[in-house]
Amino acid sequence: MTMPAPLKGTVTTVRTADVLVLGGGPAGVWAALTAAKHGAKVVLAEKGFVGTGGATAAGNTTMIHVAPRTAGREAAIKRRLAHAHGLADQKWIERVVDDAYLRLNTLADWGYPYPSDPSGRSYRGSLRGPDYLRFMRSRVRKAGVEVLDQSPALELLVSDRVVAGASGINRLTGKPWTVRAAAVVIATGGCAFLSKALGTNGLTGDGLLLAAEAGATFSGMELTGQYGIAPAFSSVTKGIMYFWATFTDQDGNVLERAGDRQSVVAYNLVKGPVYAVIDKASPHLQEGMRRGQPNMFLAFDRKGIDPFKQRFEVTLRYEGTVRGVGGLAIDEACATNVPGLFAAGDAASREHMVGATSGGGGPNATWAMATGTWSGRNAAAFARQTGGSHSRRITAAVGRAGLRPSEKPDAAITAAELIAAVQEEVLPVGKTFFRTGARLRASQTRLDSFWSAARAYLSTRSAPAAEIVRAREASAMIATARWLVASAIERRETRGLNRRLDFPEADPAQARCLNSGGLDQVWVRQAPSARALAS
Amino acid sequence: MIELVSRERCITCQACVAACPENVFDKVPHRPPVIARPDDCQTCFLCELYCPVDALYVSPLADAHECVDERELVETGLLGSFRREMGWNGGRPGGTDKDLTYRMFEDGRVAP
Repeated sequence: MTMPAPLKGTVTTVRTADVLVLGGGPAGVWAALTAAKHGAKVVLAEKGFVGTGGATAAGNTTMIHVAPRTAGREAAIKRRLAHAHGLADQKWIERVVDDAYLRLNTLADWGYPYPSDPSGRSYRGSLRGPDYLRFMRSRVRKAGVEVLDQSPALELLVSDRVVAGASGINRLTGKPWTVRAAAVVIATGGCAFLSKALGTNGLTGDGLLLAAEAGATFSGMELTGQYGIAPAFSSVTKGIMYFWATFTDQDGNVLERAGDRQSVVAYNLVKGPVYAVIDKASPHLQEGMRRGQPNMFLAFDRKGIDPFKQRFEVTLRYEGTVRGVGGLAIDEACATNVPGLFAAGDAASREHMVGATSGGGGPNATWAMATGTWSGRNAAAFARQTGGSHSRRITAAVGRAGLRPSEKPDAAITAAELIAAVQEEVLPVGKTFFRTGARLRASQTRLDSFWSAARAYLSTRSAPAAEIVRAREASAMIATARWLVASAIERRETRGLNRRLDFPEADPAQARCLNSGGLDQVWVRQAPSARALAS
Repeated sequence: MIELVSRERCITCQACVAACPENVFDKVPHRPPVIARPDDCQTCFLCELYCPVDALYVSPLADAHECVDERELVETGLLGSFRREMGWNGGRPGGTDKDLTYRMFEDGRVAP
């Protein structure tokens, strides 16, 4: 491998840590806290700001808060299994909800100001994103974790096939950074392809690309036909309110359909505009929504719409792997197949927890807490085993597309154009909510050519930080789209979030996870056993 | 997307520059920050929570820009409305204890 070429010729700040956590959303903050609690020296690098970065910060999140040995716990587990289309694992669901139960109670011990329900009981089944993550920011800093805000990672460092840290850039100062670490946790979230679904624009698959460059395996990338409903003009994909909605077409005909709310909208949106009014919520519930989730109403209030009385046009914004399922394949320790590399939250495949269906809201947030905790604990243990000499290892920087083009850079190949091109293959409801083999294969051909162009010519060597980051985002989105499409081609059936118009039924013989990976050569294969993820 | 940094209200604390998850603002020493990359705004409204003086306004339009009039935003109560409804103050969190979200789970229509 080639030795790392410094970025922009600026002096790089080099830090040493036991554990480096990439991403400061829920999974990342729990990973950092837990690794620190187990004695590790921890650096947490977040692309945005720990407190506002990621999908949770911009929203509110339901939590599965169920006590061991209760009927509520059994019901919650049963509900997950019933929606999983055969791909979830009961033992995993149990361990996730049991661990999250402890974490949610720990928050109370730390003084998190949970609301009380009318009976006076502390209500722990929901968290307001900005409050939760601002609180966690304080805890992380108190625990002695060094927080690098506005510091996207650009590439991993590898030493003899073991992950040895990462390098990135500070977006505010333009200064490169390097952290040499014995273990790295990828908690960078999923990829929503800059769809502007609420809070997801920082989630461009960066960590997935980094991990793939080190040889990591993915799973469930075809389980990604997931969109959020938003008022047509807005970013606010708060889906819960549409449980109390009536959907209508242009002429006011009521739209109904078996399946979830998104399906009602999707099947009709391909024919014409769709409207909604939240007319089934009682005044008591309306107050609950307003006093619980003010951001639900910001868009309406600022546009002068009363959503309980007036109908408004809705659209679907793509949620990709954020509220879809796929991601890095992990084992019970949250380890990927690359030594020293762990994954948690939406960066990891959530098939264990949700099977083939969306874990949007509660299940994913619960998963992030548990896998964040475990990845931090196991990364700290890996670092202890490695010992303190790791910082003297010879390392190679393995970033390629968008950083180190294989050919002479060509200024005509721009990140902006590549992003627009990849969005055209992924965002349309007619391509990703409803899939067909023919359309997928056509997309695959085009995506392969985008990758070749990015890999060969995309470069931002002397560009401002924002453009360097954008070039890597473009590369990450192309790579992620290729795993999505290649996996969807291989799953020749309709199961959960993979809706194949040419194979409208589920095929019992395909009730297995699909692993994928690769950059220049993308590969897909059925998992060796029914639910085995890591290969 | 973000449309206003009030020059009258801004105390140049740069909190929005630090907290914006999409790196939309550029810091200007001793002056209000500039909206340097307006099209990168993801319309998450979070900068408004971190602003201690309600100097910021995020339009609800996610894909288009609109002109806003600061006086009108004050008169209609929209400037700082997210922060007030959430219960944040001076850039600090508040209001979690008054969250009534649990009402959405009372009728059994939705289960976590």
